Amino acid sequence: MLAGVLHQIMSGLATGGIYASVALALVMIYQSTHHVNFAQGEMATFSTYVALMFINAGFSYWEALVMAVVLSFIVGVAIERVLMRPLANAPVLASVGVFIGLLLVVNAMSGWFFDYTIKQFPSPFPDHPMLGGYLSGHELGSTGVTLLVLLSVYLFFRHTRLGLAMRAAAHNATSSRLVGIRVGWMLALGWGLAAAIGAVAGCMVAPIVFLDPNMMGGILLYAFAGALLGGIDSPLGSVLGGFAVGVIENLGGAYLVGTELKLTMALVIIVGVLLIKPTGLMGRRVYSRV
Amino acid sequence: MRTFWITALLVLLGTIWPLAGFSNYHLFQLTLVVVYAIAILGQALLTGFNGQISLGHGAFYAIGAYTTAILMSTWNVPYWATLPISAVVCAIVGFLVGLPALRLEGLYLALTTFALAVAVPQVLKYKLFEDWTGGVQGLVIDKPEAPFGLPLSPDQWLYLFTVGIAVVLYIIAWNIVRGRVGRAMMAIRDHAMAAEAMGINLPMVKTSTFALSAMYTGLAGSLGAIAVQFVAPDSFGVFVSIFLFVGLVVGGVASIGGTLIGAAFIEFVPNLSDLVSKAAPGAVYGVILIAVMFLMPAGAGGFLYSMGRKLSRSRSAQTDTSEQAEETAAVSHDPMSGMMSMPASAAFVERPVTSESTGQND
Amino acid sequence: MTNLLEAKGLHAAYGETRVLHGIDFAIRQGGVTALLGANGAGKTTTLRAICGLIRTRGEMTLDGKRIDGMATEDIVRLGVAHVPEGRGTFMELTVEENMRLGAYTRPAREATDDFEHMFDYFPRLKERYKQQAGTLSGGEQQMLAIVRALLLRPRLLLLDEPSFGLAPLIVQEIFRILGRIKEDAGVSILLVEQNAAIALEFAEDAYVLETGRIVMAGSSADISKDEGIRRSYLGY
Ligand SMILES: Nc1ncnc2c1ncn2[C@@H]1O[C@H](COP(=O)(O)OP(=O)(O)OP(=O)(O)O)[C@@H](O)[C@H]1O
Ligand SMILES: [Mg+2]
Repeated sequence: MLAGVLHQIMSGLATGGIYASVALALVMIYQSTHHVNFAQGEMATFSTYVALMFINAGFSYWEALVMAVVLSFIVGVAIERVLMRPLANAPVLASVGVFIGLLLVVNAMSGWFFDYTIKQFPSPFPDHPMLGGYLSGHELGSTGVTLLVLLSVYLFFRHTRLGLAMRAAAHNATSSRLVGIRVGWMLALGWGLAAAIGAVAGCMVAPIVFLDPNMMGGILLYAFAGALLGGIDSPLGSVLGGFAVGVIENLGGAYLVGTELKLTMALVIIVGVLLIKPTGLMGRRVYSRV
Repeated sequence: MRTFWITALLVLLGTIWPLAGFSNYHLFQLTLVVVYAIAILGQALLTGFNGQISLGHGAFYAIGAYTTAILMSTWNVPYWATLPISAVVCAIVGFLVGLPALRLEGLYLALTTFALAVAVPQVLKYKLFEDWTGGVQGLVIDKPEAPFGLPLSPDQWLYLFTVGIAVVLYIIAWNIVRGRVGRAMMAIRDHAMAAEAMGINLPMVKTSTFALSAMYTGLAGSLGAIAVQFVAPDSFGVFVSIFLFVGLVVGGVASIGGTLIGAAFIEFVPNLSDLVSKAAPGAVYGVILIAVMFLMPAGAGGFLYSMGRKLSRSRSAQTDTSEQAEETAAVSHDPMSGMMSMPASAAFVERPVTSESTGQND
Repeated sequence: MTNLLEAKGLHAAYGETRVLHGIDFAIRQGGVTALLGANGAGKTTTLRAICGLIRTRGEMTLDGKRIDGMATEDIVRLGVAHVPEGRGTFMELTVEENMRLGAYTRPAREATDDFEHMFDYFPRLKERYKQQAGTLSGGEQQMLAIVRALLLRPRLLLLDEPSFGLAPLIVQEIFRILGRIKEDAGVSILLVEQNAAIALEFAEDAYVLETGRIVMAGSSADISKDEGIRRSYLGY
């Protein structure tokens, strides 16, 4: 029993890492624009297809991953510059509409270019159980990669000038302009980073769930839940929230509601958080300004 | 009054002509257009007229469809008798969803309803409900015959039946929107705080609108199930909700007439673009959705409406241009002046330019 | 003496609301110019117009170079620092990070040397260095806003009501330090103030703005002597 629980927690953390990455991607965009990118999952899926294309063309897994990440970054920046900039002050309905439109287009593009059949995606990690059988090689490896990505993102935001400027632009656009930060570009960089993080998450999860155009639909939902649980304007919170949702999902699926209702659990978490503590566990405290 | 009779006559002619000239398959398609129109109308009441953004109306559509299918297959309830039951069920569910929605600000409601839409098929497949829902297999139901020995094929009859229900629902919606309740709904949409200060019972209006909206979309689900003769979890995935949303936006979120355009759009665009590729409908929907947001934010309904306004204005008042400008301003401020569509001004018009928004053009 | 900034026929509007109706003014190189007027006269709007934070019509030159129509970021990079109304603190970031952002356009090492300089002026900020800026008192936030602006090494410093909400003692302190800064850095200042007495004492030139039009321009001394102006526009 205890071993079973432990096993569920461990593999919950492994999938939680994926949710944490996507949640972080969502929060990075939300923080600076107050938009929720409903297309984040579809974009990640498309990036994963691109990686598979490179792998099929003969590149190694890691080369393919890096190329897909770089391309995703560029495309993310481009999307922000072209589609999102005019939306800066648009009302919620208009922005939701554009994001849903983007979701549809990217989803269709995945199907169009790479067809709708379910595809196997290779894993670069050994295929046997590890850590005394608690995790598969891929689970352990992908968790490692995820943690590495999250750590680099953290260090980037915490300790680089550009990272600081991006945080500043997210918090206070006008003041940022007044110290000479090119806020528009910071938002675009944020989009690029979000797309890149999504690409890594896609490539890490694809070997487990197989690749099809709707691969990330459910994952996006868990990421929403994670982001809201941790606080949708708190990057650190969203990451912890993502891991927590992974564990909750696994334990709940195993002992509570069965695997068939896992998605509904995400919905329950979302509604629960929004009703009980809308700022999430680590959401931003509101300072009164003089 | 004259417009009423003209509209009535047009509806009558428009109803009868396909009966005579259309194949059963085309009639079936038209039936679906009417079904989608009702579903979109339900969403328009909530999103367009009341400003509560839903991305999960497929859930209500599914509940209506399943209510009818279960009643018909498990309890042999006649198809027409399932409609009032479905209406009540969906209204109650809508009301219940509307309660937490009271505390969710625009974007969060969109997000939550989106999550609802994603979760729907899983719930429908859930094994505890399998005895009723038929699990993954779904349920098959019979197509109703024309009653009273009318000389009509089942498709012809179902078409007439659906149009009949639709006419009733449209008249009700029309009157609600034009009446006191409709004004309250739009006041809340345009300025919630001011509306509350004016004495409008905000929670009451918002939850009732949610119930009404769910009822409309649920009834559409019922009619759709009868027409398609089949319900199954995977026909109610997130894309149903998204397509309804697309239809809503394309028709114009706050346009009653526009719902028909939106419905035709989501019924026929896949049929046409499917010929190109399986991916084409999604791509076309997406591109058009984005284009509408940028170019024609009031949707097709709003667009036609303002075109009509311009035409009639240039015919009647060729006098003073400043008067025209005033009139244009009046149009966007007085949502009651519309005939078939009402500009969802607050929902779409850009916020005033603030210091934050300028200078971002680097 | 030459003018650092010149504006001719400057109009500004928020959407449909026109706020400035073609004003002319100049700021002398190395001088302090006060911009006075009642609430809603358009003082803040004038500062925003200079920084390109709102759309304008008319001509503005900084050191002879046209800046109207330029993006805020580029105007700032020409050496225009703005201490905005409400102070514009990055509440969620630390004092240190706020200061680093002030020096964003300059090489990091050079800026860090300047930090010590700033602590000379405002020792309080040194004590609060690692603290979240949102937790600072109003006066401390005002100091931080000034420091952020100074770290840009500006040629022109735009100050929007630095005395706002501060106790008289702190106001005196801040103006004393501003005086020092002016001497040390040779920066030109455009000062918006409700407190006309203090402003006129600190500035050499002054403009009085009323509903988007300049109704009086001259030396501070002349303006503070003019009983009529004082009564009707400056209220003391
Ligand atoms: N963002 C805005 N949108 C619309 N109108 C604005 C905006 N900001 C300011 N105004 C208007 O412009 C006019 C001038 O405002 P401004 O802030 O420049 O005044 P001010 O002289 O700084 O006043 P105060 O001394 O109260 O700060 C006011 O009538 C104000 O209502
Ligand atoms: Mg002001």
